[in-house]
Amino acid sequence: MNLFTIALKSIRQRLLASSLTALSVALGVALMIAVLIANTVVSKTFDLQGFGYDLIVGPQGSELDLVLNTVYRIAPPIENLPYRYYEELKENKHIGIAVPIALGDSTEQGNFPILGTTVEYFAVEYAQGKKFRTSAEWPNGKWESVIGSSVARENNWKIGDEFKMVHAGQDDHVHDEKFKIVGILEATATPNDRTVFVNLNGFYAIAGHEKPIQEAIDREVEFFGETEAEVRAYHAADLKEMEAHAGHDHSGHDHAHHHDHATPDLQKEVTAILVRMKEDPKNPTLAQSRAIEFSADLKEGFKAQAVNPIRPMQRLMTYLVGNVRLILINLTAIIIVVSGVSIFVSIYNSMSERKREIAIMRALGADRMAVFSIIITESIILCLAGAILGILLGHGLIMFASPILEARTGLSIDPFVFDPMELTIIPVMIGLAALVGFIPGLTAYRTDVAENLSS
Amino acid sequence: MSLELKNVRKNYREPNGHDLPVLDIPHFKLETGEQAALVGSSGGGKTTLLNVISGITKPDSGEVLIDDIEITRLPEAGRDRFRAERIGFVFQTFNLLPAFTAFENVLLGMSFARGKADRSHAKQLLESVGLGHRLTHKPAQLSVGEQQRVAIARSLANRPSLLLADEPTASVDPANQETILKLIGEICREHNVSLLLVTHSPEIATQFDRTIPLQEFNKVLQNV
Ligand SMILES: Nc1ncnc2c1ncn2[C@@H]1O[C@H](COP(=O)(O)OP(=O)(O)O)[C@@H](O)[C@H]1O
Ligand SMILES: [Mg+2]
Repeated sequence: MNLFTIALKSIRQRLLASSLTALSVALGVALMIAVLIANTVVSKTFDLQGFGYDLIVGPQGSELDLVLNTVYRIAPPIENLPYRYYEELKENKHIGIAVPIALGDSTEQGNFPILGTTVEYFAVEYAQGKKFRTSAEWPNGKWESVIGSSVARENNWKIGDEFKMVHAGQDDHVHDEKFKIVGILEATATPNDRTVFVNLNGFYAIAGHEKPIQEAIDREVEFFGETEAEVRAYHAADLKEMEAHAGHDHSGHDHAHHHDHATPDLQKEVTAILVRMKEDPKNPTLAQSRAIEFSADLKEGFKAQAVNPIRPMQRLMTYLVGNVRLILINLTAIIIVVSGVSIFVSIYNSMSERKREIAIMRALGADRMAVFSIIITESIILCLAGAILGILLGHGLIMFASPILEARTGLSIDPFVFDPMELTIIPVMIGLAALVGFIPGLTAYRTDVAENLSS
Repeated sequence: MSLELKNVRKNYREPNGHDLPVLDIPHFKLETGEQAALVGSSGGGKTTLLNVISGITKPDSGEVLIDDIEITRLPEAGRDRFRAERIGFVFQTFNLLPAFTAFENVLLGMSFARGKADRSHAKQLLESVGLGHRLTHKPAQLSVGEQQRVAIARSLANRPSLLLADEPTASVDPANQETILKLIGEICREHNVSLLLVTHSPEIATQFDRTIPLQEFNKVLQNV
């Protein structure tokens, strides 16, 4: 029988007190783990280092809102940009790829964000070295859609299924138009998993998505700083066509109309434009400096902004999430220390009734170090059992909470993500155990054998 | 095994600061394989003497030699180890650890000596004290007499050469006192262990080779 077994025995002797103290350690550690995992996931999610675009171009306003809306689809769109601006960017000689994005509606079932875009969106890596993959087709056709893996799973949608979308706004109007699923994306562990992608043309063709003509003209006047005549001249061809159809019934649900005619550019809007600058193989930093230059230029001219998405997210991380994390980690550390104190109290209280046992062991030939070690071992067993239970509990907690969190925020949390800091919990807990076991251990060390044998 | 004490003195310090002499033994010897009963009135220093012999208590002066090893010269941890390997100990009551079964209590006796615990020896010892059927009983499930028998089995766990027993039958009911003393005597003879058994009852003492009144060799008691 070694010291470990002896320690284990005396823990079992006081099973209730021992389990309660170990449990208090476990709860502290579980909370710590939950904070660590949540933090890892949040940092990973908000780290756009490998984001496939240099800039997000959107209406002026909060940079953070623009990124949260465009990338994470968790904030409502600020406003929209004229489609004509997207076309201009496409022609910009410094811009390599410009992908339009239209957001604002969601699915009737599951309330997933619907994103209208072109198939170019899927050609750009969603993260460093990671390409989109579809199970079948890309949404090339006007009423075609591909859906993220979580959408497919949670809505139980399959290829060939059709769905309607709900208009964002107070009325919660359900559009009558239906999109057909032609592909399901492979999981990306990004907000794309919770997004429904529809063909941009289909998105515009939905009744009510086209901006009323005069409103659209006024918007462009303001946006580009042109006169109404200039705007009208720019869209002359479209306007003429529209006049020709003036007699047509627009108010009813005449979908044939939408199927037959493309929405005129004047009436189209985009929520944001994802931009990748032209790259120069000989000068790898050129794209970067072009992006900086471009966004600086925008600040002065149009009512638009170009944002490098990494920066607002980094600010969010350091100033907000980072501090919250620090507070939470300190709180959980305090909880763990308190639970360590409870181990101390539990062992220390047992010492007076155990003096006799210690004296017996000494009489059987145990030296002072042996009885000291037994007490320390007890403390370590309790702390370690608590820590291991806590680690399991923490991951369990995340496993239980992650679907709820994902449904609420769209952030997916893998409960089995492992934070390297978890590794430090074990040695830290052993240290804590040695610390709280030291004084009771010392009591054991100093126990007077003769005195306690005779009592 | 032989045990020899030379000029052993032990004083306790009383709460009022005065020294209380308890032991003053110019010479005492126990021959190999001898069984001796030490008798003396309560408070005479019997327990103190056993603690000095076993190395639990260090005398103020003098020598304790066991098999010619002067244990009084060993450091405390050395005396502990010596006690673990060479000396068996049975106390008056509550000898056993309540969390451990009878069998585990015997194994515990082996824990602090060198070498691996000999489980079959532990079992044999319990059988030889008539408790082969009580291996997994906890002390609370055993009578006082049975507990003392477990303690006797445990005291021999490391095959010691000297067994010290401090009033082992004091809390046992009279009907069982006899059997337990017989058992101690027999088992010591069987394993060739020297025995020094303390008792304050002269009738019990007559069972053994030699009866030694403490006052015969403890000068503290002679001066009073
Ligand atoms: N730790 C101690 N401090 C002071 N006096 C003690 C201590 N231990 C024992 N004594 C005293 O020493 C004397 C001998 O005690 P002890 O050896 O237990 O006697 P016995 O076992 O013969 O009854 C008693 O008077 C007792 O009160
Ligand atoms: Mg006594």
